[in-house]
Amino acid sequence: MLSVWLVLGAIGLLVGSGMPACLLPFRSLLGQRLTVLLAVTGSLLGLSGLGLAIPETTPLSWRIPWFLPWGEFAVTLDPLTVIFLLPVFVVPALGAVYGLDYWKQSEHPDSGRRLGLFYGLLAGSMAMVVVARDGVLFLIAWEAMAIAAYFAAMADERNPEVRRAGWVYLIATHAGTLTLIAMFALWHRVTGSFALTAAAMMPATMSGALFVLALIGFGVKAGLMPLHVWLPGAHANAPSHVSAVMSGVMLKMGVYGIVRVTALLPAPAPWWGGVLLAVGAITGIAGIAFAISQHDIKRLLAYSSVENIGIIAMGLGLALLGRSYGRSDWVSLGLGSALLHVWNHALFKSLLFLIAGAVIHAADTREMDRLGGLLKRMPWTTMLFVLGAVAICALPPLNGFVSEWLLYIGLFRTLNPGGASAMAAAAMATVGLAMIGALAVACFVKFFGVVFLGTPRSNAAKHAHDPHAKMMLPMVALALGCVVLGILPMVTAPLLGRAAQSWTVLPQTPPQSIADLAPLNWISFMGTGLFGLMMAGALIWIVLSRVRGVRKAGTWDCGYAQPTARMQYTGSSFTQILVSLFTFLVWPQRHEPDVEGIHPWKTQFKSLTLDTVLDRLVTPVFTLAGQFLPKARVFQQGQTQYYVLYILVTVIVLLLWAAMGAQP
Amino acid sequence: MNNILIHLAVLFFLPPLLLGLVNKTKAWFAGRVGPPILQTYFDLAKLVRKGLVISNTTTWVFRAGPVVTLATVLLAGLLIPISSFDAPIRFTGDLILFAYLFGLARFFTTAAALDTGSPFEGMGAAREVTFACLSEPALFFALLVLAKASGSLSLTGMLHGPGAGFAMAAIAPLVCVGIGMFIVLLAETCRIPVDDPNTHLELTMIHEVMVLDHSGPLLGVMLYAASLKLFILGAFLLHVIVPFHAGVVWMNWPLFILEMAGLAIVIGVVESMMARLQMRHVPYLLVAATLFCGFGFILMVR
Repeated sequence: MLSVWLVLGAIGLLVGSGMPACLLPFRSLLGQRLTVLLAVTGSLLGLSGLGLAIPETTPLSWRIPWFLPWGEFAVTLDPLTVIFLLPVFVVPALGAVYGLDYWKQSEHPDSGRRLGLFYGLLAGSMAMVVVARDGVLFLIAWEAMAIAAYFAAMADERNPEVRRAGWVYLIATHAGTLTLIAMFALWHRVTGSFALTAAAMMPATMSGALFVLALIGFGVKAGLMPLHVWLPGAHANAPSHVSAVMSGVMLKMGVYGIVRVTALLPAPAPWWGGVLLAVGAITGIAGIAFAISQHDIKRLLAYSSVENIGIIAMGLGLALLGRSYGRSDWVSLGLGSALLHVWNHALFKSLLFLIAGAVIHAADTREMDRLGGLLKRMPWTTMLFVLGAVAICALPPLNGFVSEWLLYIGLFRTLNPGGASAMAAAAMATVGLAMIGALAVACFVKFFGVVFLGTPRSNAAKHAHDPHAKMMLPMVALALGCVVLGILPMVTAPLLGRAAQSWTVLPQTPPQSIADLAPLNWISFMGTGLFGLMMAGALIWIVLSRVRGVRKAGTWDCGYAQPTARMQYTGSSFTQILVSLFTFLVWPQRHEPDVEGIHPWKTQFKSLTLDTVLDRLVTPVFTLAGQFLPKARVFQQGQTQYYVLYILVTVIVLLLWAAMGAQP
Repeated sequence: MNNILIHLAVLFFLPPLLLGLVNKTKAWFAGRVGPPILQTYFDLAKLVRKGLVISNTTTWVFRAGPVVTLATVLLAGLLIPISSFDAPIRFTGDLILFAYLFGLARFFTTAAALDTGSPFEGMGAAREVTFACLSEPALFFALLVLAKASGSLSLTGMLHGPGAGFAMAAIAPLVCVGIGMFIVLLAETCRIPVDDPNTHLELTMIHEVMVLDHSGPLLGVMLYAASLKLFILGAFLLHVIVPFHAGVVWMNWPLFILEMAGLAIVIGVVESMMARLQMRHVPYLLVAATLFCGFGFILMVR
């Protein structure tokens, strides 16, 4: 029980962490330190609570009735909750420490206190979303989270681009919440209460409707294609530590929602899993294709989050298929990989966003093609970036590989013996995942090469430098997490296994543990071996270059007299072939005036990638609506008499309707 | 134990011979005498003894490229079974590690190329990562077919097939996979019609252009790693196209070396008879490989 109290205390501290600073002056660094201290204390409190809760075999619950007419205050800590709470208590705390240097209150007096307040509220409400076991409490926490994220992301509101991204986010998140309200209303109608406890049998159409509503409502938050419209803009324009929290943790709240609702619904139909596998594969491929075509480092990372959410959705889809077909191995591997990927993505994506923040801090631009050669100026940041990039490309020996490996094994296990439909779905997903992996390598080699390697393309990039300890240490901690989970993945297996069991218990087959299905020890062994081989190679190299001596010269330039930094391959040129292969999806805009004359003088080339869904579908529809809907303003006269009249008319109409209904 | 030692010996020492055989075949077709078959060994010995010239622009990433590439390719070589013998390291799911080790090598080779800041090397790196995106689906379709046909999830089990050998129904899919994987082999090891290992015109190359700035031992490591990759993918392919073994167990080693030499000669023949494709047509070839492997899968599960 103590663990529940600790977690609730942590939530209280996180929510309140920004308040004391509001009583102190605008520029007070003391205020910001106090905010961070409270947030870190709260997170440590929460982590200790989780430490106590992990060994517990039964879920810990606490409930009291409250003053609202519906629902009650009910919270529970079970393995699923613990898994989603861990990133909530780790990433925001690290981000807050990073923010001490990145968003100094003395430099941002107009937004510093507000950012602190809503940052804490965001972290606290996310924790509340995960522990809530009542629909009403859940929705309140959900809305608090959405609003807090809006204000935290809008810290730089003077910039019109930021405001636009904020509006898109606000509209999208409320569309999602609206769907969730519909889902919980339907839930209440079917089960008779708002309590989030496993539902008894219900008609298949009803559970199907609940599933679809949950998929849409939570999918908006998670960023499943084509509901991802808000994600790139909001992530790119928020302060980097807020982007880290939004991408690393807040997106996972959408995933949590889908996991929780599917856990509560009775036996799923096979099409649920099929839909999730297909949506996941499409989200993954489209997400990484958009990521590849970006010029803005943070937009690139945001689209790559969409891709990773796709991978998580594929894991969930496999688990759902396993539940429909009574295969506990698919459930263990699918859900295990999805949940492990939730952790992994929280680690490496937060790391990469913090690194992007360090780059922006140092070079003052998000434009990839203005950067370059940062490795020599920011050696430690680059080292961490390599770890993060290798991890996010799911390459061995880091953590990203482990979760995708589990997913692959699960997908391959659908072959023997498998039903034809499950097998076809899984085969498509396997090949999709392979393609996503190769595209991710292309995407992050581009990021690495253009931003960190070569020579600087602008003056700003020339004078960059590594950030100080307050920004460095959180990044080191996250990178360390990537290495540890990659080398010692077996430590996660017991908790993941229990989470899979708390998600579902199949009556026909006994649960199978992840460690039995997938030899994690071998991965650990091979990872260590790979590290060892690389270290040995590096050692031989060092000795060899000492003995032999190395002569330095310029890069081979074919004898050209004056090579310049601008002749390097840019991000756009690096991905030109790939983008042209994905034209049907990405739809890049190119402005290339004709070259005239034998000796053409100055000319310009510009390429731009819009978001296909947002800029070509949603925005035109909203613009069109904006042209026609103002006619409805005649009803909004702003005079009280009219509104009373509306009420009167409505009541009369309702009375008439009731009267007609009463007569048979 | 002996077989593991032989596996290691073959893995370490045979690959450069394959490049020599390919070149000899090409020379024979062109009516030249050509370099000796052992030329690659001489080249490697010479490169290792040479001094180093490194670009000022480069950093540790440039030097890490060859080191990581060699480490990953060697590790992948321990996962692949040779002929009728089991791989030294085998476990459930090692096929994914096998595929992703090449991904790690690709990450660092292309990063090392970009580290020089040269547009040529950028070009090569861009092509390398792009074409990998198209050959990866083919490889995974092939792995799906093999996993389905053998009922195993480790490379050793998959490539050896079920105890009684592959079923009759698996023959048509395996033929498709064989064709698809041969194209993947040509693309991944940078042979004609995808890439030309001989030309030194930077605009038209993939692999060669990425190693323009590597010199001395570093170039030697890249050359050796490239031959290892050819050997490993070749050993993979041989399981699919000649799934037969000699009755006497030890005979399989010389038989394997002969088969491997035959494959190198076939590659040499293909390289001699075909022209290199235009760079913008390479994706079609790789999509064709994916289609072959994909149809193989459909035939397998029909």
